[in-house]
Amino acid sequence: MIRTISHRLLGMLVVMLLVVTIVFVIVRITPGDPAAVMLGPDATSADIAALRTQLGLDRPLLVQYFQYLADVVRGDFGQSIFLGQPVLRALADRAEPTFFLTLFSLGIAVAIALPIGIYSAYRRGSAFDQSATTVAMLAASIPSFWLGLLMIQFFAVKLGWFPTSGYGGPGASFATRLGHLVLPAFALGIVSSALIIRFTRASMLDVLNDDYVRTARSKGMGEARVILRHALKNAMIPILTIIGLTAALLISGAVVTETVFSLPGVGNLVVNAVLRRDYPVIQGALLVVAGLYVLINFLIDMLYILVDPRVRY
Amino acid sequence: MRDALAPDTLLSVRNLQTHFVSRSEVAKSVDGVTFDLKRGETVAVVGESGSGKSVTSLSIMGLLAHPGRIVGGEILYRNRQGTVRDLAQASAKEMKRLRGTEIAMIFQEPMTSLNPLFTVGDQIAEMITLHEKISYRAALDRAAEMLELVEIPAARRRVNDYPHHMSGGMRQRVMIALALANKPSLLIADEPTTALDVTIQAQILDLLRRLQSEMGMSILFITHNLGVVAEIAREVVVMYAGRVVEQAPVVDLFARPKHPYTEGLLACTPNAARDVDPNGVRLPLRPIPGSVPPITALPPGCTYAPRCTYAVPGCTGAVPPLFSVGASHLSRCFRHELL
Ligand SMILES: Nc1ncnc2c1ncn2[C@@H]1O[C@H](COP(=O)(O)OP(=O)(O)O)[C@@H](O)[C@H]1O
Ligand SMILES: [Mg+2]
Repeated sequence: MIRTISHRLLGMLVVMLLVVTIVFVIVRITPGDPAAVMLGPDATSADIAALRTQLGLDRPLLVQYFQYLADVVRGDFGQSIFLGQPVLRALADRAEPTFFLTLFSLGIAVAIALPIGIYSAYRRGSAFDQSATTVAMLAASIPSFWLGLLMIQFFAVKLGWFPTSGYGGPGASFATRLGHLVLPAFALGIVSSALIIRFTRASMLDVLNDDYVRTARSKGMGEARVILRHALKNAMIPILTIIGLTAALLISGAVVTETVFSLPGVGNLVVNAVLRRDYPVIQGALLVVAGLYVLINFLIDMLYILVDPRVRY
Repeated sequence: MRDALAPDTLLSVRNLQTHFVSRSEVAKSVDGVTFDLKRGETVAVVGESGSGKSVTSLSIMGLLAHPGRIVGGEILYRNRQGTVRDLAQASAKEMKRLRGTEIAMIFQEPMTSLNPLFTVGDQIAEMITLHEKISYRAALDRAAEMLELVEIPAARRRVNDYPHHMSGGMRQRVMIALALANKPSLLIADEPTTALDVTIQAQILDLLRRLQSEMGMSILFITHNLGVVAEIAREVVVMYAGRVVEQAPVVDLFARPKHPYTEGLLACTPNAARDVDPNGVRLPLRPIPGSVPPITALPPGCTYAPRCTYAVPGCTGAVPPLFSVGASHLSRCFRHELL
């Protein structure tokens, strides 16, 4: 058990080192002088030279690499060029809406998908199953921004139940801020549930005819217990995998959704950074997102071990 | 009809018909099966695979998979209160209460019949707590006792083992412990030794016999191996393509089979062939030609006729009835006098 976990942790470290290296290399192989690119066509050569020195671009590549590595390890992701604040600070300031948006939409996706997927499998071929499968396919093919726009139109503009955009402005209460997340979280969650529905259904179908399910029934328990205790737990491994993948996808999905709903989150920060070539911010965001992916993967692996006693290496 | 159940009879299956009806065809998997099972006794049901043995047992358990349905007949069962109930008509609720308490089942595949994600102790404890107000701790204690009862070495420690820690034989012992945890009146054992090595088979049969003499349950023992029947049962029902073709006490059936199919089975059962020949002469092993017809396309008349060495044209006319051919000996053969 301990060995498995330390193995995993070591693997995570290797992946993160690779990510840092790739992020470092990408900026160096971008055509042109990064400093010149960042400052745009109107910059003077003195400005460019100053930025080069500030970024350490005038030093040997290997020195730059180890310097960058050391900085990242210390949690120093550099200084944003346009925001006048450290990258980490800029990310942290905008983490809240992104974090809650991702969390809520994942929660909504799972809450929608698990019951529908399970019941579809249990009543395979029924009208419920057929319509669920069709709707799930539809939902999967809807872009989340389009659903977001529709929902704004209906629930915010027409019915006025929720705010149309933003995060409540400065000094808004926590409740107000969360109120701003309802529509975007549903838009993102509904679209993301489709994949989980399909996997849950397939995975449940796989186990429902297994012998131990029949054994469970022969013990004289109700169907709910048969399905939720004996079948679902066995179906859970592929479902957990897909939930983890969905969580990772949601982080990138948040970028688009935040733009549609004008949420001041990490997604918004990244979009703006890309538009004005704020390289340190882009790099920092890449590292953070990659770190989150790796972390989610790790958590899913740990869940496998909890669920399945046979998983031991 | 119900009152006709003799006082020492636990189970009386009468003219049971279980069909699988799909849009295109009807599979009459069980077509008019009748037999009685007395308290504390064992009846064996024998037949090649596909003859309807499992469907018969699942009908009794009320665990038929869709689209299987009991379309006729009765499954009269005397419950612990002494009331005779027709399980073919019983509500889902009543069946749920009977399963695991009064009627329990063990299956052919020990490797897959236990849930891989729960400890064996937990699976047995669940069986107990489902039907009895008792703490999980106490149930786990009883699970350990059950594991001891089925002779699992170091039973106390193995309560916390997962199925994948155990061999097939050990898992089948766990299944037996599970099935007997609530001291059922009826144990349905659907080919419990088929998947096991011969030595392990003998051990499991021994164990079942011992447990039956201690606990007094009735056993419906299903097998495709006549050799095993001699070890465990007093009464044998031979099934072919969903119907009972012969029924007799074990001794009579082995000594004087009155249906060509039974004769054929005996002729290709090594142990039985040696054991039953009255003159001590070994009968040569002769496989039955052909194979079981698909249940959805049965030949007319006697369904065994196409494979039968005794068959005459008249055999394919009507379905032969069950002829009484001796004391408690029935045969579904028009030409039973020739055997
Ligand atoms: N779920 C099902 N759907 C359709 N046919 C079935 C089903 N289960 C069993 N049958 C049919 O019923 C017949 C008897 O099967 P079974 O009782 O399992 O035989 P066995 O004697 O080997 O246990 C077989 O021909 C099988 O095809
Ligand atoms: Mg079978």
